[in-house]
Amino acid sequence: MPGPAPDERMRPKGRRNTQGIRVDPEAEVTHEPRQAVLSALVKHRPGVLSEVSALFSRRQFNIESLTVGPTVDDDTARMTILIEEPEPGIDQAKKQLRKLVPVISVRELEGEAVRRELALVKVSGEKPDDVNAVADMYNGQAVDASTDSVTVEITGSKQKIDAAIEAFKQFDVQEIVRTGAAALERGPKTLEKDV
Amino acid sequence: MSERASVPKEEDETEPETEQEPVTTGAQSVIRALENAGTDYVFGVQGGAIMPVYDALYDSDINHVTMAHEQGASHAADAYGIVTGDPGVCFATSGPGATNLVTGIADANMDSDPVIALTGQVPTEFVGNDAFQETDTVGITQPITKESYFAADSDTVGDDVSEAFALADAGRQGPTLVDLPKDVTQGETEVEPGAPETPETYEVPEEADDENVQEAAEALAEADRPVILSGGGVIKANASSALREFAKEYEIPVITTMPGIGSFPEDHELSLEWAGMHGTGYANMAITNTDCMLAIGTRFDDRLTGGVDSFAPDAEVIHVDIDPAEISKNVYADYPLIGDAREVLRQLFDAMPRVPDADEWRDQCQVWKDEYPMDYDTPDDEPLKPQYVVEKFSDVTPDDTIVCTGVGQHQMWASQFWEYTEPRTWVSSHGLGTMGYGVPAAIGAKLAAPDQEVVCFDGDGSFLMTVQGLSVAVREQLDITYVVLNNEAVGMVRQWQDGFYEGRRMASEYPWIPQFDKLAEAFGARGFTLESYENVEETIQEARDYDGPSVIDAHIDPGENVFPMVPSGGDNGQFALNEDHLDMI
Repeated sequence: MPGPAPDERMRPKGRRNTQGIRVDPEAEVTHEPRQAVLSALVKHRPGVLSEVSALFSRRQFNIESLTVGPTVDDDTARMTILIEEPEPGIDQAKKQLRKLVPVISVRELEGEAVRRELALVKVSGEKPDDVNAVADMYNGQAVDASTDSVTVEITGSKQKIDAAIEAFKQFDVQEIVRTGAAALERGPKTLEKDV
Repeated sequence: MSERASVPKEEDETEPETEQEPVTTGAQSVIRALENAGTDYVFGVQGGAIMPVYDALYDSDINHVTMAHEQGASHAADAYGIVTGDPGVCFATSGPGATNLVTGIADANMDSDPVIALTGQVPTEFVGNDAFQETDTVGITQPITKESYFAADSDTVGDDVSEAFALADAGRQGPTLVDLPKDVTQGETEVEPGAPETPETYEVPEEADDENVQEAAEALAEADRPVILSGGGVIKANASSALREFAKEYEIPVITTMPGIGSFPEDHELSLEWAGMHGTGYANMAITNTDCMLAIGTRFDDRLTGGVDSFAPDAEVIHVDIDPAEISKNVYADYPLIGDAREVLRQLFDAMPRVPDADEWRDQCQVWKDEYPMDYDTPDDEPLKPQYVVEKFSDVTPDDTIVCTGVGQHQMWASQFWEYTEPRTWVSSHGLGTMGYGVPAAIGAKLAAPDQEVVCFDGDGSFLMTVQGLSVAVREQLDITYVVLNNEAVGMVRQWQDGFYEGRRMASEYPWIPQFDKLAEAFGARGFTLESYENVEETIQEARDYDGPSVIDAHIDPGENVFPMVPSGGDNGQFALNEDHLDMI
């Protein structure tokens, strides 16, 4: 004997949000995206970068920058990954990263971690002294000069580099290259050892 | 050791070791690694770049099954892995051989089936030059494996295979691949492969944190409306016995996912069978109304949950999984228990303070069973109903019979109307939903369990995709009964077109379909046809009695659709029992 039709059946009042979390119908919780810096130690071998970047694109994690470079140990490399995601997405990104076989360890760096980016800015060489003056303001320095152009190197936080580039715009910027962030925890803490 | 259905297992497998010749090439090291890992069968297809490996196989005791297509090799290996619990092995050459394996590898990845794929590759010096039959196999398969290895050296290629084998089997099982350039396998080496060990960066959790277990057990004991949701991970972890003990001791109703079919006996009073899009009405009512769900080894696939907003909306979720990345991925876990399902079930068993007070709830589940029974009409004046064929088969076959399927309506009927009581007897393609899985999967299943009966339900569309595998079943003299539930259509697509596309049946109906009984005979198998209710039992008997592969072409009612049904993204509690209900939702 068929029981009640679909719309006549007993059903609970609760519900879940899109992240599968039970919500109070009166007070829905939403997670705002925030920026997170993930630092990962990985095996230094071919294919690791593509494996990590493919993971981020396949799982639709919003990635802002990814830098990779050697460490003191020839067999390992460090990746610094900036993502912008709601809290559950950041958790999920960490877990999925840890699951990759060549990934040795993953940690989210805290807000006060040391973060540096680098930019090279090539501007017109017409006013070299003015260019130097602006570079000084941002602790930058000219690293190459010709009759037509000056190339300036700036390191620092993202905000500082954004501001510097804005300031250089008065000199007819010809080309810019920027790295993503490199970051390390402050104090004695490292990825290998908790202090 | 895996929890195989009632198959007597030899505890002691200490057959005298024959003296092994030392390896002289990379290829021999590859084969030696497989031998060391206990490989009995390899499913594969020859080809240029993999020839050195096959040449080394010539001297090995490992049995090789030459498949008709590499896709079949990966599916057969997958089914072998499901039934034995140990990694199934498949071989293919470079280029098209490797790309043909891809569907089966992706299938294994979605269902966490242990598979190791070894692919030939062009010699290292040609890699990157677009050489003949070159393809970036590691690049293609990296996202669909636990790890894909590119073998770089004859001295280490054996270690690569050993590690890939161990990794496929460890923790949450899944596929791995080793790409074998021809110069690496042909190259000389005297290095024997190391023992199968997982990479040092791969951690396998065992027991869950005791404090978390305690809290979860208390929440479950407190519940008024508890359920257990048993996923494929329960079978993979050989935790079916532990699950049965736990559920019976604490009298908690058990729902399975589709891959979890067989983890709990469907004839037990606590069983609500399986939930999800085409799950039973009672399972879907229980999953919707529970206030505490113990979910074990499931990844909360969307075909199970429907829309997550309406999935078990009142339930605290205790999620047991060996893969931390599954915790709170789709459904938030109030009590995450990371560990091996069998270990954690034992921990929970000990930690439970009491049997939950849930008499009313169990009565309610029984009411739902009465209200939404899995039945169907069999009017004499209508064509044969597929459900009837499945049920008749289920009635006469032993409990440990292995059922394989393709993907589509027939798969749903085979899962709904067969009574499963043992783990590793349900062999199907769930996550990837691969039409064509059935024919080769039955080959892998039969070789994995030669003493168990193997029945493969297939659809006409699904069967046609891998029918060439029949040549393998005949050549290997495998006693498999294939049952084609033939409705002359890609039935599931047609059902959706009728339900959600105003009956616009685009590319879902076959104006002509081969005569499968004659096709079977052409392959050297026995062929049968069923047109009506008249001779169903006799035909089943004859096909089962035939010692070799047989095909029953069962012409079923083309108008029959699969119900209950929760529309994609819908509310599990609002399943439709018929077409009219679909309009109400």
